Amino acid sequence: MIRSLLLASAACALALPAAAETIAIVNARIEPVSSAAIPNGVLVIKDGKIAAVGAGVAVPAGAKVIDAKGGVVTPGLVAPASNLSASEIGGVRETRDDGAGSALSAAFDISYGVNPASPMIGLARDGGITSSAVTPVPSGGGGAHEHADDGVVEEMTAGKDGSGDPPLFGGQAAFVRLKAGASDIVEASKLAVTVSLGESGARAAGGSRGADLVLIRSALEDARAFAARRAAFEQGATRDFGLSRLDLQALIPVVQGKTPLLIRVSRAADIRQALKLAAEERIKVVLEGVEEGWIVAPEIAKAGIPVIVDPQADLPDSFEALGSRLDNAARLHAAGVTVAINGARDFNNLRQERLNAGLAVANGLPYAAGLASVTLVPARIWGQDGKIGSLDVGKVADVVVWNGDPLETTSWPLNVFVGGVEQPQDSRQTQLRDRYAASDGSGYPPAYR
Amino acid sequence: MIRWRSMALATSLLALGLSACATTGTTAPAKPAAKAPEKAEAKPLAKGLDGQASTGFPSTYQPLPSRPTAFTGATVLTATGQQIENGVIFVSGGKISAVGGPDTPIPADVAVIDARGKWITPGVIDAHSHLGVYPSPGVQARSDGNEATDPNTAQVWAEHSVWPQDPGFNRARAGGVTTLQILPGSANLFGGRSVTLKNVPALTMQGMKFPDAPYGLKMACGENPKRVYGGKSRSPSTAMGNVYGYRKAWIDAADYARKWDDYRAKQQKGEKADAPKRDLQLETLAGVLKGEILVQNHCYRADEEAVMIDIAKEFGYKITMFHHAVESYKIAPLLAREGVCSATWASWTGFKMESLDGIDANAAILWKNGACVVIHSDDPIMTQRLNQEAAIAMTAGNKLGYGITRAEAIKWITANPAKAMGIADKTGSLEPGKAADLVVWSRDPFSVYAQADKVFIDGALVYDRQDKRFQPKSDFELGQPGQGAFN
Repeated sequence: MIRSLLLASAACALALPAAAETIAIVNARIEPVSSAAIPNGVLVIKDGKIAAVGAGVAVPAGAKVIDAKGGVVTPGLVAPASNLSASEIGGVRETRDDGAGSALSAAFDISYGVNPASPMIGLARDGGITSSAVTPVPSGGGGAHEHADDGVVEEMTAGKDGSGDPPLFGGQAAFVRLKAGASDIVEASKLAVTVSLGESGARAAGGSRGADLVLIRSALEDARAFAARRAAFEQGATRDFGLSRLDLQALIPVVQGKTPLLIRVSRAADIRQALKLAAEERIKVVLEGVEEGWIVAPEIAKAGIPVIVDPQADLPDSFEALGSRLDNAARLHAAGVTVAINGARDFNNLRQERLNAGLAVANGLPYAAGLASVTLVPARIWGQDGKIGSLDVGKVADVVVWNGDPLETTSWPLNVFVGGVEQPQDSRQTQLRDRYAASDGSGYPPAYR
Repeated sequence: MIRWRSMALATSLLALGLSACATTGTTAPAKPAAKAPEKAEAKPLAKGLDGQASTGFPSTYQPLPSRPTAFTGATVLTATGQQIENGVIFVSGGKISAVGGPDTPIPADVAVIDARGKWITPGVIDAHSHLGVYPSPGVQARSDGNEATDPNTAQVWAEHSVWPQDPGFNRARAGGVTTLQILPGSANLFGGRSVTLKNVPALTMQGMKFPDAPYGLKMACGENPKRVYGGKSRSPSTAMGNVYGYRKAWIDAADYARKWDDYRAKQQKGEKADAPKRDLQLETLAGVLKGEILVQNHCYRADEEAVMIDIAKEFGYKITMFHHAVESYKIAPLLAREGVCSATWASWTGFKMESLDGIDANAAILWKNGACVVIHSDDPIMTQRLNQEAAIAMTAGNKLGYGITRAEAIKWITANPAKAMGIADKTGSLEPGKAADLVVWSRDPFSVYAQADKVFIDGALVYDRQDKRFQPKSDFELGQPGQGAFN
């Protein structure tokens, strides 16, 4: 019996997702996100793409039919900013590749550290997440969140490498799709450069905001000069630049307006500085954190700058987040700001993303905006909306079938598709669960199960 | 539970008798005539020199004003295993007078709250909080949770670090939290005493202190103590160093307890005796050995829990609850047998090595095995939504087909933490005679969309989502952006 169990689990572990086949999901409430919900529809996946979606769609001959039994079909959720696949265990430095350390600043490229075998990927997918922007730890350490009891750990997990000053820029972000068994899950790299304003930015700049912004502006100016006078630089015929050649190189797409600067910022006054920076430097900007965003919501909307928020953040837990509110997302949205919603960066809890969207809805965000905030909006922010983020014909079939409202605590994904391929409903956590949930009665320890 | 309870009762009776002795001195009964001259010279020990006589820092908590109120029409989760549809709860004098179905009689001339469409549960109890000791804003000047200067700081009391103006108390209350256990941090093997608070705004810690709640002793297994002290080239720097530290301390504590017992025995017999010097560290540990102080043991790993259980047996004390017990599911039958509760999160995992095997079904597997389950926060954000964390834990079980009902899962954040904090006779469930600590939820509290509409402590309305008069604000937040309004 033990032997057969062993064989079964070995087969399970080795099983790779089936190749793309034609699939019809029927009897489902379909939330395309890009358009109104279809109360009872059919979604057809063919060749890894969405082939048809609607109420009166016929099931193609030979298609594998999945009866959603009145469940909900959504696009796969998109994590707008996480450390997934670049960091596993916060307190174990060897498993962390989500911060530059002291050697690099803007040039740090998180895509090189992406580990498709990270067990945290299965865990995230178990929460309906099929892709994620992977963003370096912001400059000057992590966010304001302190885990009180294990606060002593925080020193180690805040992205500090224990030597030297934190760099001004966090580094370059990437985008991954959570396809099981894929040798390379990086969909895009060098997507953005991260930086912090406010308290952690000040830390990176030697202590205060005034230094942080001067140094950031100077770095952008240097990057422009570097791009314009590359040959002169190689001959040593330029003035001294504040950053290394590699860091300046990484900032060129930012100063050219091709990729955004992802700015971690909380306080209203700091947000205004970020908006000013974007306007004066003519760069693309995405804001993350934005706890006091509601105070300056019309200004953010007018600037057309998207934000990534954590709807749980309602504590005055730092002097830059004294105005934190549970309805921040709702107020930003009402003012016309494009809002993406994040899960928890720490604690490997990206599963929280959909519940965070639910929390924002509970606090006034319209449901459709809540759903978009974890799908189409983050896809759009990272330039992936041509492929994913909504259930439109022709898009890549990153699709989740839920047994109920995807934003609700009591729901879970029944089927998860990435690129039209059904993903294993399996993670390190589910394997642990199944090992201990029931004894096999063999008299052998769980290690044999 | 029952065993140490009766022990605790016996010891506290003893303590009462002795403190009467100590404070009245010359009127002590049963004077042996022959020793009369010596006896006359014996001076009563000053209160502060005798732990059992010490007045400590007594609660000055007074319930806020309330009036007899009937709640009608709600779905009621009693935390005794019942879900009552269209239920009636009648509250009077700060206590629950009656709980039942729609036919439950309601006295005339009482306030009636029409709670049709709403749900009512006991007030949420967070068994692991650092509100007040790690308050918002999280700056060094208010970082008072870890006396990380020695691996054994059983002598410190969390209540002396509590800042009552922590804005986090207000957020937690808006999430339905009516009672909190505030613990020292986990840097030390023995972090110090916990304090149980009523979540009411007050000017002083004493004004929040839960009357007659037993103290807890925060202990910590695992990575934190050995990292903190190993990093200072001190013991403990290993797991085995941790265990040595616990055992040495219990030996010292047993010795200290014996010295006091000898002293009191002699004193009772009227013999001449010198009182031992009061030692606050050993006094707390001795309090555990006597069953008066409950062990609240931060311990992630199942194998380390098993070691801690053996240490407890070696020295004759009881572990009330393992906190952050993310691996408890691996030894659920043992924990059920030993009667040790496990407090856990549902969704956090892998943020440090010892949390790597945390699974969302931890609580459900424990429940299935008949072990005591508590969902805790350790976090000023999560404490605001323990109902949702319990929902995630319940759902993880139901994904396994366990069929865990709301009536059961509500216990994880109400009746069970009350039990593990030694206050189950006072709060934690909706039963006649218990404190009227309750929450009126906008809908099923296990829903992500649920809001705590009204929160009552001892029958008094302490929070009302619709009424600004009942949305208290910390002094700290006056004149700041947002003015303490957060929803």
